[in-house]
Formats: sequence, structure tokens, C-alpha cells
Amino acid sequence: MAKQLTIFLENRPGRIKSISDVLLENSLNIWAFTIQDRGEFGLMKMIVDKPEKAQLILADRGFACVLKEVLAVVAEQDQPGNLDKLTTALLERGVNIKDAYGFVSLKDRQGICFMEFENPEQVNLEEAIAAYGFKVVSGQQLYEL
Amino acid sequence: MEMTYWNRQAETMERAALEQLQIQRMRSIIAQALKTPFYQKRLSRAGITSPDQFRSLADMQRLPFTTKDDLRQNYPVGLLAVDMDEVVRIHSSSGTTGIPTVIYLTQEDLNAWTDLLARSITATGCTRKDVFQNMMSYGLFTGGLGLHYGAERVGMTVIPIGGGNTQRQVQVMKDFKTTVLHITPSYLLHIHSRLDEFGVKPGDLHLKKAFLGAEPYSENTRQKLQELFGIDAYNSYGLSEMNGPGVAFECVYKQDMHLWEDAYILEIIDPATGQVLPDGQLGEVVLTNLVRMAMPLMRYRTRDLAFVHPEPCPCGRTHRRLSRIQGRTDDMLIINGVNVFPSQIEEVIMSIPEVGTNYMIHLTRAGALDKLTVKVEIYSKMFTGDLNALEALKNKIRDRLRASITINPHIELHEPGALPAFEGKAKRVVDQREKL
Repeated sequence: MAKQLTIFLENRPGRIKSISDVLLENSLNIWAFTIQDRGEFGLMKMIVDKPEKAQLILADRGFACVLKEVLAVVAEQDQPGNLDKLTTALLERGVNIKDAYGFVSLKDRQGICFMEFENPEQVNLEEAIAAYGFKVVSGQQLYEL
Repeated sequence: MEMTYWNRQAETMERAALEQLQIQRMRSIIAQALKTPFYQKRLSRAGITSPDQFRSLADMQRLPFTTKDDLRQNYPVGLLAVDMDEVVRIHSSSGTTGIPTVIYLTQEDLNAWTDLLARSITATGCTRKDVFQNMMSYGLFTGGLGLHYGAERVGMTVIPIGGGNTQRQVQVMKDFKTTVLHITPSYLLHIHSRLDEFGVKPGDLHLKKAFLGAEPYSENTRQKLQELFGIDAYNSYGLSEMNGPGVAFECVYKQDMHLWEDAYILEIIDPATGQVLPDGQLGEVVLTNLVRMAMPLMRYRTRDLAFVHPEPCPCGRTHRRLSRIQGRTDDMLIINGVNVFPSQIEEVIMSIPEVGTNYMIHLTRAGALDKLTVKVEIYSKMFTGDLNALEALKNKIRDRLRASITINPHIELHEPGALPAFEGKAKRVVDQREKL
């Protein structure tokens, strides 16, 4: 599992920069991010190299932000059918995905995906996913990739 | 113009006789008030222990004022002067801080009120031949039921349709050849904007008159509505504490509203000092109900600002006329005809732990209707990072507000610290509605 920073943001010019300013000031590195929009507000979700530190600093600056455990899944080799295998594994366990975002690391062509689930405690997901040849990595492993 | 009266004797009474009647009725109100612990205390402090001590109208100024706060503090039965068995009707309005104000009526009180409404309706030239579509809401709100019974007493054909559902309203107007509407001016504007959509022209309807009330509007809006529908529109005034509508109503001359002085004592005061002002000067309207025995209320401060026309009206009625309401002495908002105090909104927000204590109230107009937007800040410590939880939070705030103020607001969530912070009396209301 990896720690994802989730930040509440108003949907208007300059709000994302207010976050990136703070991260830059503190030399925090962003590994991945996504934004969900809901009209007048949205959520910014990020994987950063020092999540606890980032959360403390942002909270100190008055942002509403939390750390959440998300599943970080790595496919050693990017190839057609990876997502299909992953969703097959999840379907077999009857798990519903709440949120997910993924990308391919250009340097070594690994596929990387972050996922949130409804009721993740009920099934041993890591085992199910590993059975299909994926690696579930911790935050620390991730930042060292 | 031929004049019709509901009660010619009462409506055209000489001023001297009218004042004698007021004194006589004021004595019975004092006698009745002395039966309540609230007024017993208040009046004895003013040196009044018996109705005989009220000798002339100048003695009005010896009497204490009554405020909305007094009503709240004595909720629910502190001002009730008769046995509950005698009460046949209760009306209530939402309170400024969640405690409502309540009004009690005996059968006799209800008859007197209904009679004032029949009088008001007749003063506009309506007769039993008219078909009356009552588009105000029914229930605890006094506007709907008040006019309903008054119109029935006149003998009009009454359609108790209540508010909302515009398409059905227009269909009913067509099917039953409605001639008179009771409606808020903003809703009547809204109906006009939708007629095209229903394939109806104002000329297809049989409308002749509209009673406009429950929210402030200008002479220009009246003129506009009269032209759009080809009708005569009449202004009316009332408040639930004084029974509701029928306190003052325009006659066919439409030169402001005759206040029925055999049933109410009208004073205009300087809201800062409480001094009574002469006719013609703008001040706070203070009313005493002379025809309600279940719940006497004297020198009630309405917080409405208006002035009095003392000149006689060509209609022959001797009761003085009250101007349009020019404003309020407090921060009460009128949203689509519903009275809302910012404190009601604040109270709801304070009861929800997921949001901060800072908030803003924005009023805009969407078409002819008002739109209320309440902006709140999310509270960092309660933030879970879950989008569904945020949507649920918005719904919770909206539902609680609707339950409190009966208006469906639009809720906006903001970042902590994003809304302007105020010290002391905050300017949290931004009213961007163009004046009607």
C-alpha cells in the first residue's frame, strides 16, 4: 500500500498553484497526481516522496487534506492486456473500484496503477493481484523505482 | 366610479366615531391582555391595572411596545388569554432563531379576520361572480387560508390550488376561467415568462385582477404586470402576528393601502427612539390588533418601514392609507415570498460539524425567481478525502436548511479560510437581485 495525499480545492484559477508552491518551497517531489472535479470544488490526489511531511505542511497552511492508503500495483512489463488481467483479478474477488489512475514509466516501461476500493479489508487483494503476475509495492519501494 | 363596500358603515365612518370605537375596543383588549401573565407584568409596570385607565388615544403612548422577541420568549402559550378550548385555529411563522411565533384565534376572532378580508377583496371591486385562484401556500402560513376564507365569504368561486406547478396553474386558469389571482409578484412574472412554452397568450386567459403580496416590489413592477396580463394589480399588507393578510389593502384607486382602523391601531414610530411620528413621515409600523381576543397584542413592532397618507381617498373610505413597505429595521430577507432571517441559516450551519463557522449568503435572480446560495467552508479536521462524503454533506446542509426556512438553497463548499472573515456584525449577505 502507498500513501496518497487528498486535498480539497476550490475550482478557480490559482488553487493548484497554491499547492505546488508549498511543495516546491519544501522540495517535495510529486510522483503522480490526478484531479476530480465536482463543480465549484474538486479533489487533488497525489503521490509524493514524503507524504507525511507534505500533509503536515499543507495542513499547517490551512488546507483540508488527508493521507489515505491506496493500492499501488506495478506491471513489470507494459503490454496489451495488463489492465484486463488486473480487472479480472478484482472481479473474481467481487471488488468494486472507487477510484484509479495509472500511467507507464517511460524510462523502464513499467505499468503503474493506484487504486481505491470499496471495503478493501474484506478480501486479500494483494494475494489475488500477485496471482496474476503483478507486484503490489509499498510507498517506499515506489519512491525508489 | 361606482363604489362597492362590504361594510359601508364601518369603512366610511367619521374619524371622530372611528376613534371612539378604537378607544372602546382598546379597553376590551387591555382587559383581555390583563388575563395573561406577560401583559399583567408589562402593563402594571406602566401603571395600568384596569381598562378604565385608557381614556383617550393619547394613552396609547403609555402602553409598552411588544416585540417579536417577547413572542418567542413566551412561546408557546404565554400570551394566550382564553382557555385552549376556545381556540379554533393556530397559525405560526418561522422564528428568527428556530423558535417560531404562534397566533391563536377564537371562532369570533376568525370571523372578524375573515370579515376584514371580505372587506379588502370587495374594495378592489371583486364580487361573487369572480373566480379566485389562490396561489399562496396553505398551512401554518397565514397568506393562503386567510384570503381563502375571505374570498368564500364574498361568495367568489375559490380554487385552493396553493403555490407551485406552473403548467397546472395556467391550465386551471384556462379551464375554470379564473378572474382573480392571489400571488407573489415574482411568481406572476415567472408565469408570464413560461406562457409561450405552454402555447398560451395572456389574452387566452380571463384574468381581471391580481392581489400581490408577501414580498416587496415597486410601482414599476405593478405597471409591468398590469400591462403584461391586461389586469389590475392590488397591493396588500399583513403579517402573521396581526393575523395575516387583510391588515391593509388597496381600493380600486390603487393609491396605497387602506389600513382597517376599526380593527387595528396604526402608529408610525422612530425605530431608534420609539417616538410616535406624524403622518407622512417614514418610520416603523407599530400595530395593535383590536379584534383578537384569544391573543391580544398591543403596540407590536413590525420592523417594517412605511409612512401614512392622511388625505382622504376618493373612494370615500375614511381609514388612512399606508404606503408600500419601504424597507426593514432588521436583516430579514424575503426570498420568493418567504421571510428568512440570516440567523436561521447560521443556526443550521453551526449545527453541522463538517463545516466551519464562516459562511456567506448570496441572493441572485434566475429568471423571475430568487435563487439562494449558501457558501460554507469545509472543516479541515472533519475532511475525509471522500468525494461521496462531500456530496452527502452538501445534501445534508441543503435538507436541513430546507426544513428550517422552507426554501431549497444551492450549497457551495469552499476551502477553509476562503470566505471573507468578519469581526462583530458580519456582512454575510450579498443581495444581487435587481429590485422588483
